[in-house]
Amino acid sequence: MNLMEYQGKELFKRSGIPVPRSGHALTPNDVKAFIEKNLGEWVVKAQVLMGGRGKAGKIKFANTAGEGHAVATDILATPMPPNRQNPSGEPIKSLLVEEKLPIAKEAYAAIAIDRTSKKPVIMVSKFGGMDIEEVSEKHPESIAKHYVDTAIGYSPFIGRELAFKADLDPGYRKELPGILGSLYEMFFRYGAKLVEINPLALTENGDVIASDAKVELDDDALFRNPEFKEWHKTLPLDEDEQLASGAGLGIRNFRRFPGTVGTMANGAGLAMATMDAVTSAGGQIANFLDVGGGANAERVRNCYELVVNSTGAKVFFVNIFGGITRGDEVARGIVQAMKETKSRKIPLVIRLTGTNEEEGRRILAEAGMTPVETMDEGAARAVELAR
Amino acid sequence: MSIYLDKNSKVIVQGITGSEGSYHTDRMLKYGTNVVGGVTPGKGGQKSAHGLPVFNTVKDAVEATGATLTCIFVPPPFAADALFEAYDGGIGLAVCITEGVPANDMLKVVGTTPGMRIIGPNCPGLISPGKASVGIMPGHVFKEGHVGLISRSGTLTYEVVDGLTRAGLGQSTCVGIGGDPIIGTTFVDCLREFKNDPETHAVVICGEIGGSDEEDAAAFIKEHMAGMPIVAFIGGRNAPPGKSLGHAGAIISGNFGTPQSKIAAFKDAGVPVADRPSDIPAMLADRLAALPQSSR
Repeated sequence: MNLMEYQGKELFKRSGIPVPRSGHALTPNDVKAFIEKNLGEWVVKAQVLMGGRGKAGKIKFANTAGEGHAVATDILATPMPPNRQNPSGEPIKSLLVEEKLPIAKEAYAAIAIDRTSKKPVIMVSKFGGMDIEEVSEKHPESIAKHYVDTAIGYSPFIGRELAFKADLDPGYRKELPGILGSLYEMFFRYGAKLVEINPLALTENGDVIASDAKVELDDDALFRNPEFKEWHKTLPLDEDEQLASGAGLGIRNFRRFPGTVGTMANGAGLAMATMDAVTSAGGQIANFLDVGGGANAERVRNCYELVVNSTGAKVFFVNIFGGITRGDEVARGIVQAMKETKSRKIPLVIRLTGTNEEEGRRILAEAGMTPVETMDEGAARAVELAR
Repeated sequence: MSIYLDKNSKVIVQGITGSEGSYHTDRMLKYGTNVVGGVTPGKGGQKSAHGLPVFNTVKDAVEATGATLTCIFVPPPFAADALFEAYDGGIGLAVCITEGVPANDMLKVVGTTPGMRIIGPNCPGLISPGKASVGIMPGHVFKEGHVGLISRSGTLTYEVVDGLTRAGLGQSTCVGIGGDPIIGTTFVDCLREFKNDPETHAVVICGEIGGSDEEDAAAFIKEHMAGMPIVAFIGGRNAPPGKSLGHAGAIISGNFGTPQSKIAAFKDAGVPVADRPSDIPAMLADRLAALPQSSR
């Protein structure tokens, strides 16, 4: 789960990382009221998950309440336009009104999970305020990294070392070790996969302040912080994830594609291989679907309806490897599901193997479905039927 | 021989009285695994449904049974704690079946349990066919033989193994390493073992998109296992970037974790990559047949 800037900064604040004074606003009137109460120079920032706000004109300055109202109206008037990373753009639902910092320098600081070393990696660069992927392409040597030994944890020497290695402005040296320590603590306390401060501003007064916040929380760790489930509702929901959980599946278990061959398999690896098999048989896949263990009638029906109602599938290719699941039970589940469903009917191709596979295939054939013996055969058949 | 697991390995089950733990303990026993007991806090002194002794702590279980392996079936919030307890109790190899363990928990566990091998989490376990099975793999698909198999997925493993078995290619050990971003045992760890296992004559690697485990495996093979017949498969080649497909670890971000990079790395190491799982047995048989007679 990716957080909005204002949510990330709320976690920064709780963790002791300095952030600018700010107010969260939903309407131009909110912005106006906030500035009336807090005179000064302000920045009004669109709250969206995608990047490129500055370029899109979604970050604007306001020195009076009237200006605040005007720029807020302007920002909210149109959604974030599409860019390379986000081809569909993003609606803007709220704004952050934040004190304008007298920025002297901008740096980059982040903690992420490094899969290869199996360690948290702390990264610092003197190129702040730029897209980090661009920095790693253009100035890879500028990103100083420290892989943290979790048996020791964070210690301030890491921050001191990184400030030197990254050749940061000396003005950062005093504050960076403490800020990274707070960031490290936050990373574990809130179960984050990524915490990023970009830019980490050095002001003309010598203060070091997190000017932006990018935080990705691990969905698997949300049980530790139930309040984030409320935050989740405020985030732009991924439609596929919504559909998946509506059908009783895990949020990662369903994805839609523009093709015509609907698929369902038990197990993520097999579901991916099923997609690949359809593609290599010359078909276009309509979806990825991992039904998980135990394909009973209710589950099969939910998945069938999900695919039929939300994708352009003209055929439904079911690929079940009955390891522990018994083939005859799965077959009965499928037959039952097809009797019960009120959704549009499309042809089914069913590959069923494993325990009691012959019995399973007999049950399916009797119900007028097309049982096949191998994944390749099923993929070819499904592609043919989708034409 | 086999890797990590054989007929004599003494196994305990953490969470033995839970429904999953109990069910799969039964299957492991039927396969011939030497399960010697289990752990459920508060039920120490009782017998499990299978007639095995239940202990309150891993330490008690290890002391009483001499177990060196544990198989963990506990809910995600308690998985890291169960792994720490296994480490503290002196376990040498912990297989964590649990799906949905926070990645940060695993960062702490793998960084602080030196000397204990962890397989998983979010994995189907491992099996040395004809000898023993720890986890949830369906034993009847497997056949004793000389092909080592490593996979990030469960049912895809069964699919590939089924093909191998039908083609007469039995297996020495099959390890499901799990589909999460942070896992205890990687492809390279398993390859190192297979390299030194006299009973393993060939290896199949079932990878998927995301991470760089496959690239690391290819580099290891190029350096250390040039003579061994190896075939690879990469699942999820038609996945779009930025979205996990089923496994939290199966995600392409930017240019990272793409199938192209993995396939290129394997090809560079002389490892052919199968287009379809069904192509694997014939590709492997070809490579085995090409070996000089003396080294088979």
